[in-house]
Amino acid sequence: MSACCNDDPRIHDIKSKIRVVPNFPKPGIMFQDITTLLLDPKTFKNTVDLFVERYKNKNISVVAGIEARGFIFGPPIALAIGAKFVPLRKPRKLPGEVISEEYTLEYGRDCLEMHIGAVEPDERALVVDDLIATGGTLCAAMNLLERAGAEVVECACLIELPDLKGRDRLKGKPLYVLVESH
Amino acid sequence: MAAAAAAISPVPKDDLERIAKISATIRVIPDFPKPGIMFQDITTLLLDPVAFKDTIDLFVERYKHMNISVVAGVEARGFIFGPPIALAIGAKFVPIRKPKKLPGEVISEEYSLEYGTDKMEMHVGAVQPGDRALVVDDLIATGGTLCAAMKLLERVEAHVVECACVIELAELKGRDRLGEKPLFVLVSST
Repeated sequence: MSACCNDDPRIHDIKSKIRVVPNFPKPGIMFQDITTLLLDPKTFKNTVDLFVERYKNKNISVVAGIEARGFIFGPPIALAIGAKFVPLRKPRKLPGEVISEEYTLEYGRDCLEMHIGAVEPDERALVVDDLIATGGTLCAAMNLLERAGAEVVECACLIELPDLKGRDRLKGKPLYVLVESH
Repeated sequence: MAAAAAAISPVPKDDLERIAKISATIRVIPDFPKPGIMFQDITTLLLDPVAFKDTIDLFVERYKHMNISVVAGVEARGFIFGPPIALAIGAKFVPIRKPKKLPGEVISEEYSLEYGTDKMEMHVGAVQPGDRALVVDDLIATGGTLCAAMKLLERVEAHVVECACVIELAELKGRDRLGEKPLFVLVSST
């Protein structure tokens, strides 16, 4: 079961605070907008707490967040569990020496980058983003961490779009989500 | 780098110690994104859990009794520092983004770059009249981005209480571009 216990009263509140915006960024897409969740301090705190409760005793030494919405949820988790935070970014944003991982989009390709030296071999890593769709971005993120010698313990997202089967693209790594959207 | 806060009022020794440690974790990358620019890289700060926590704590200690109801973070590095501050002080977090990223109805504010202009956007309805706002970014350079963020908030009749950054590039006089709005930074780089 991917989502955490559905009878946790915090989950219902979190799901209700996510706004669906039709036809964004293009016709036919029902965009899952987490900005409305961020407007409710209690709900935002509950969201972070649910992840922290899961990971605080798992010896996670690095939380990697995917630009840009992974930057909102990753750092609070990292701070609470005493892990370092590593931003995974679009090309040419990180100023130092980087490693790059290319991945496919619906049309074309994109690239995710991580600073060299940010992650050491054998570190235990958590990858965080707001949502998993096809899993392409998360897969690229996992590859970057593994290329640096880290072990990806789990991927964590607020929202999963299960119909897009992103879970299958995570190379057998576990995925933990709070809500599913069909 | 100097502890900027000391110039304004006496800073407790503990604060100075934390600031010195924070300052030491910031990495300077020459000639990024173009020749002649000494880029202040905060990603190395984020690799030190104590330094990162101290950074957030210093802001939280300052703002927790100021009745701040909204923390606005400027994309993308403002998204790293803003949310932990918002969570700790019980404020909402509002992302201020580059064009076409926010999915709902937005208001836009244009601002000038060295060459040309750019825009920042905020969701309509995120901020209410009378909200007391803090604007957060990792660094203030010319102040153009912060100024645009402030204008977005003021256009919806929020009161911008202060702008907060980890780093100030004092030479670029961004502080002056904020007019009467106070700016609080942890480290000042010349």
